[in-house]
Amino acid sequence: MTVDTVPAEPLEDACFTVEQLAGACAVNVEWVVRRVEDGVFAVTGSTAIEWRFTSRDLHRARVVRALERDFDAVPELAALVADLLEEVRVLRARVHT
Amino acid sequence: MDFKDYYSTLGVARDATEAEVKKAFRKLARKYHPDVSKEKDAQARMQEVNEAYAVLSDPEKRAAYDQLGQGHRPGQSFRPPPNWDAGFEFSDREFSQTESADFSEFFSELFGRMGVRGGAAGQSRGAFRSRGDDHHAKVVLDLEDAFRGATRQVTLRVPRVDAEGRVVLENRTLNVQIPKGVREGQMIRLAGQGAPGFGEGKPGDLLLEVHFAPHARFHVHGRDVTMKLPVTPWEAGLGAVIPVDVPDGGQLKVRIPEGAQSGQQLRVRGKGIPGDPPGDLRLEIQVVVPPASNPKARALYEAMAREIEFDPRAELGRTT
Repeated sequence: MTVDTVPAEPLEDACFTVEQLAGACAVNVEWVVRRVEDGVFAVTGSTAIEWRFTSRDLHRARVVRALERDFDAVPELAALVADLLEEVRVLRARVHT
Repeated sequence: MDFKDYYSTLGVARDATEAEVKKAFRKLARKYHPDVSKEKDAQARMQEVNEAYAVLSDPEKRAAYDQLGQGHRPGQSFRPPPNWDAGFEFSDREFSQTESADFSEFFSELFGRMGVRGGAAGQSRGAFRSRGDDHHAKVVLDLEDAFRGATRQVTLRVPRVDAEGRVVLENRTLNVQIPKGVREGQMIRLAGQGAPGFGEGKPGDLLLEVHFAPHARFHVHGRDVTMKLPVTPWEAGLGAVIPVDVPDGGQLKVRIPEGAQSGQQLRVRGKGIPGDPPGDLRLEIQVVVPPASNPKARALYEAMAREIEFDPRAELGRTT
């Protein structure tokens, strides 16, 4: 088995465009646009071209998409569950210390 | 390759309606949800449940599977006959190509062609040329790696198109050089290491999500690192300069202010995870009381009790 060594590029916050976010989550751009309009993601910039998303948004988008797909959750409910899961993660990390 | 009984995975009858399949899936999706499940093998079970649902929720795939599965028992060795899928057209509606890559060999043998056939025919994907999906994986690092950088081996199941146009899954191992300064939850991009593109399309990227293994002494928040710092009552009462081992492997001399209390935090600027700007190191003081385990220690405690007027419960509104 060959093992390639590959360079890794750490991504800074607010680095994904709407197309990149959609591509990374296997959804279409309209899906992202609708959820920004519904307040699932907080972005700055008035047009979709100016929007930038963070690594946290990417994780959140994947969680929301899975919740919508698996449970037919409306986007707002999926966003609420995503908020709670994030809170649980933070609190669990605190308990571990 | 073993035959997989998707009906028993979801716990439904072979003649279950679409609604029954969905209901059973949701129940299991909740039970094995990786963020909340108490089951040990939740992630692996969720993968099996997703795979079964990907087939049984799709009328085309379910019909093909039913036709193929007649007379097969779960676990029985199985090989699909040539051109078994003639007449079926699979599309990938619910699960992405990279998600399907985590499914079993049984699944990829049966339904692995879908993305390529759709793309090559210019049907479901719309264009002959399209970029491959991004692949996601988690990488668990030790906190010390964030200070020094690290090399990690990541093994992925990657779809590849063989000479006959079939998609086969290959295990690929990569050595990933992770630079210092990464944070919890940060994404790292490995350009071109995702799923292959369609036609002339470029491959997708591999996105690695960084997580730190729980550490006995340190807790991370963003680039800030917090640790408990045990001190003696006299260090806390009188103030002191004490040596502290920090996660970058070095040692710091930290000044404890006079009258420090348990729970008080001291901030050492710039000594958290490196970066621009670097994080801070937060030291949470914990006053540890020595035991009165010998006559001398007892005498000292008794002298303090006599000589120092102090009531830590004054604010509770009562004294004992």
